[in-house]
Amino acid sequence: MPKDHGIGASQKRREDVRFLTGAGQYTDDINVHGQAYVYFLRSDVAHGKINSIDTAAASAMPGVVRIFTGADFEGVGGLPCGWQVTDKHGEAMKEPAHPVLAQGKVRHVGDPIAAVVADSLEQARNAAEAIDVDIEELPAVVDMKAALNAGATKVHDDLSDNLCYDWQFGTDTETVDAAFAAAAHVTKLELRNNRLVANPMEPRVALGEYNRAKDESTLYTTSQNPHVIRLLMGAFVLGIPEHKLRVVAPDVGGGFGTKIFHYAEEAFCTFASRKINRAVKWTSSRSEAFMSDAHGRDHVSTIELALDADNNFTALRTDTYANMGAYLSTFASCTPTWLHGTLMAGNYKTPAVQVNVKAVFTNTVPVDAYRGAGRPEATFQLERVIDKAARELGVDPIKLRRQNFITSFPYATPVAVEYDTGDYNATMDKMEELMDIPGFAARRAASEAKGKLRGLGINCFIEACGIAPSNLVGQLGARAGLYDAATVRVNATGSISVMVGAHSHGQGHETVFPQVVAEMLGIDESMIDIVHGDSSKIPFGMGTYGSRSLAVCGSAMVRATEKIINKAKKIAAHLMEASEADIELKDGQFSVAGTDKSVAWGDVTLAAYVPHNYPLEDIEPGLEETAFYDPANFTYPAGAYACEVEVDPDTGKVTIEKFVSADDFGNVVNPMIVEGQVHGGIAQGIGQALLENCAYDENGQLLSASYMDYAMPRASDLPHMANYTVDHSCQTPCTHNPLGVKGCGEAGAIGSPPTVVNAVLDALNSAGHKVAHIDMPVSPSRVWEAMNS
Amino acid sequence: MYAFDIERPTTVAEAVAALKDEDAQALSGGQTLIPTLKQRLASPSKLVSLSGIAETKGVSADGGTVTVGGGTTHAAVAAGASAYPALAALAGGIGDPAVRNRGTIGGSVANNDPAACYPAAVLGSGATVVTNAREIAADDYFQGMFTTALDEGEIITAVKFPVPEKAAYIKFEQPASRFALVGVFVAKYADGVRVAVTGASEEGVFRWTEAEAALSGNFSAGALDGLSVSADGMISDLHGTGAYRAHLVAVLTKRAVAAAG
Repeated sequence: MPKDHGIGASQKRREDVRFLTGAGQYTDDINVHGQAYVYFLRSDVAHGKINSIDTAAASAMPGVVRIFTGADFEGVGGLPCGWQVTDKHGEAMKEPAHPVLAQGKVRHVGDPIAAVVADSLEQARNAAEAIDVDIEELPAVVDMKAALNAGATKVHDDLSDNLCYDWQFGTDTETVDAAFAAAAHVTKLELRNNRLVANPMEPRVALGEYNRAKDESTLYTTSQNPHVIRLLMGAFVLGIPEHKLRVVAPDVGGGFGTKIFHYAEEAFCTFASRKINRAVKWTSSRSEAFMSDAHGRDHVSTIELALDADNNFTALRTDTYANMGAYLSTFASCTPTWLHGTLMAGNYKTPAVQVNVKAVFTNTVPVDAYRGAGRPEATFQLERVIDKAARELGVDPIKLRRQNFITSFPYATPVAVEYDTGDYNATMDKMEELMDIPGFAARRAASEAKGKLRGLGINCFIEACGIAPSNLVGQLGARAGLYDAATVRVNATGSISVMVGAHSHGQGHETVFPQVVAEMLGIDESMIDIVHGDSSKIPFGMGTYGSRSLAVCGSAMVRATEKIINKAKKIAAHLMEASEADIELKDGQFSVAGTDKSVAWGDVTLAAYVPHNYPLEDIEPGLEETAFYDPANFTYPAGAYACEVEVDPDTGKVTIEKFVSADDFGNVVNPMIVEGQVHGGIAQGIGQALLENCAYDENGQLLSASYMDYAMPRASDLPHMANYTVDHSCQTPCTHNPLGVKGCGEAGAIGSPPTVVNAVLDALNSAGHKVAHIDMPVSPSRVWEAMNS
Repeated sequence: MYAFDIERPTTVAEAVAALKDEDAQALSGGQTLIPTLKQRLASPSKLVSLSGIAETKGVSADGGTVTVGGGTTHAAVAAGASAYPALAALAGGIGDPAVRNRGTIGGSVANNDPAACYPAAVLGSGATVVTNAREIAADDYFQGMFTTALDEGEIITAVKFPVPEKAAYIKFEQPASRFALVGVFVAKYADGVRVAVTGASEEGVFRWTEAEAALSGNFSAGALDGLSVSADGMISDLHGTGAYRAHLVAVLTKRAVAAAG
């Protein structure tokens, strides 16, 4: 009988009631009396020198309140980068200025040139068209390798070149070279991890409001981490102290990483509202989102795997070019380095692993973390080269992986992290069972009878989640801590509000977090609500990304709840005239061990707030506790995935016939929500593998700037649910957080792209087409070309 | 969207009169025009809505001809053109329900998007485009990407389709827009076979005459063996090269023949 309460119960998501009935309160639903609207005039060239901006005629147009340009931001801070990477020569990365509005030059299509604030959006837009901008177009830098050529046009004139950093990590070159020299076999692969646009259902919105009477600003924004925005914008951009700045991220309709970052529009609306003493609102159009939301991925890599005569992995070496775009977005520098290089060992005991990354500025939209952030890029390289090696050596790809698995824990990799626990053979066993690998031959024969090619793709992955131990990331260049915080406020009648630093924008925190507290206290979840997303209400938490909410913020909530229990036991002991050591809490009742004396949860909470009979000399009234939690290590979810595809040899079209994921997330609080996260992650991964392609032409024009050309995955692109199995029954609990949880938000997006590509290549090669690799998206056109080249 | 005036005539004659104004623009289902206006890529001073003109709506069948009023929605054709199943199926596969319940055949054929489905049916059927002023044979009507024989202010009131013995339309969808990356309409008539291709050519919809000749002698997929179209002049973009599109033309033509039975 499955549990229906507490940890392990598949409770329905309580927040869905308001989302599905149109009662959600998103940022665009918030309107402030007298608000003005801003329209950003954005560059339509990728690179250009701004000779002049004449706003005189536009300023005189109906409804215009004020027009801002880069000149209005002289002396105002630029958008900061939150992570300093040190290159292989010990030098700090290059960190160009990132002004709120362009100053001197525009550097990508979509770079904001001017901002028109008017009584209505339509008036603002009309006036923007009347601004006379003289831009001298410059050659655009689009291709990363070309950007590093001597004499290449510089994206930032004050930098020596377009190289942000040249980073090296892991095993030393001499050792790696020796291992490759001694190898019995070396497999090499060049590949691209395609650039993606996150496309959350809700576009970004910012509403800045200034209260002149109190000299306070409020920013309502579509953010995954309101406190991070308050810190970055207040301290680094606008110089507003925290007690005068409130950041509210209400209901947010999906983030996928792209709403972590501090964006120019947030700073602008806050800044402008103070200048004009009137609220200023911006709502991104979908077209603007394509050219102003941070993009994801965009790595070009060469990976080499060395094996000995017994097919043991002996060394791995990668060389990656990572696109930063035109400016450094908030965590752009960290994604290709510390979130990528540290995972390059994967699930394998390869003794020597070296990672090289060149981060490159180009005249494109800034690139930053996107669901998985660095870890999908690492997994894709590693699992593709292993698959290629298996084919070259004629060995079973499952056997080759198993042979090289890490099997004893903790395990310190050559790339700086220590896996606390895991069982990769267990997830592989589960995947093989659910996939019915022995039945594949018959399924392939059935496909062939219909004129289709069928392939089986295998993949393993590991990720570092529960981001992150602050002391470790501080050493690695992080400019912030990565703890989280929770306040458990027990009310007089026993109901509870839990104020959390994590932010829910689809994850289901409002359902899951109460399940944990309810389990600990033995009371019903309906007595517990969480509060999140408002810096004036919650403790200083770092928000939600990196599959961290439950592992980090949930741990803080557990610690705070433990403090509540300790204090409540003192009160209960007083009420029952017993020793505190004898008090037991079960099913919401405090009892004295070995007696029939008990008091209910509500009696204790009432006593805390009506302390007539209360140990006032020993403890304070009230029942509210806060805890900050800084994790001792990352968590390491891992899994084994498989998929079967059919390829239409006449058109190259790939359809996914069957998909299995066997994940180890440690303990699971709400299985239904975990399964939903994995379904969604796999859908995104399938989107990357087969459909999504953010492409620029050689002049830096965005070719896939709308849904007419950018293909998002739809239900019909996914396997039928009957053939889409998501399993999380293999559980090795995290050893260092109190819930034993690892995080499940990114797994699907990390594990699925190489699974799909491996399956397509299996289909083609098994049918006699010698195809080593196809870059994502594995579109019909690319498959057909690979088969016919 | 810029400001504009709008008129809602109830007869073709009123619409024609209203369209005589400078910068007036006919608005049918608006599936292309409205997004264009929203992006401020067009600024007509006046829109003349054709959606209130009852005489241009509906599907009728008579003596081997199916006549579709110019203002008939794709959904209405899908539901009402049972006398020409391949046409009904094509209409039912355009866009999504929202598009099919607003978009009209007249709007689609007047716009002549190079990846639209309807031009393949009109050209592949040798249909007749009826306007307020004249009747235009399909072979004379399509004159290149977004270009037609229509004069300024001329309104499509109906399209007359001769019903073939057999026909089928096969579309290979562009994965993002789900317009035709390539679409092929094949129709077999007593006097020969017509094959019309959409999505592929930089010149818009075209007839594949070599395939027509082969199929007119032997209406079977095998009759097309060895036939191919040149990649010259084929659209090459993010979603496929010209060579790929040319290849798909041959593949889809065979499939359309097979589907036509």
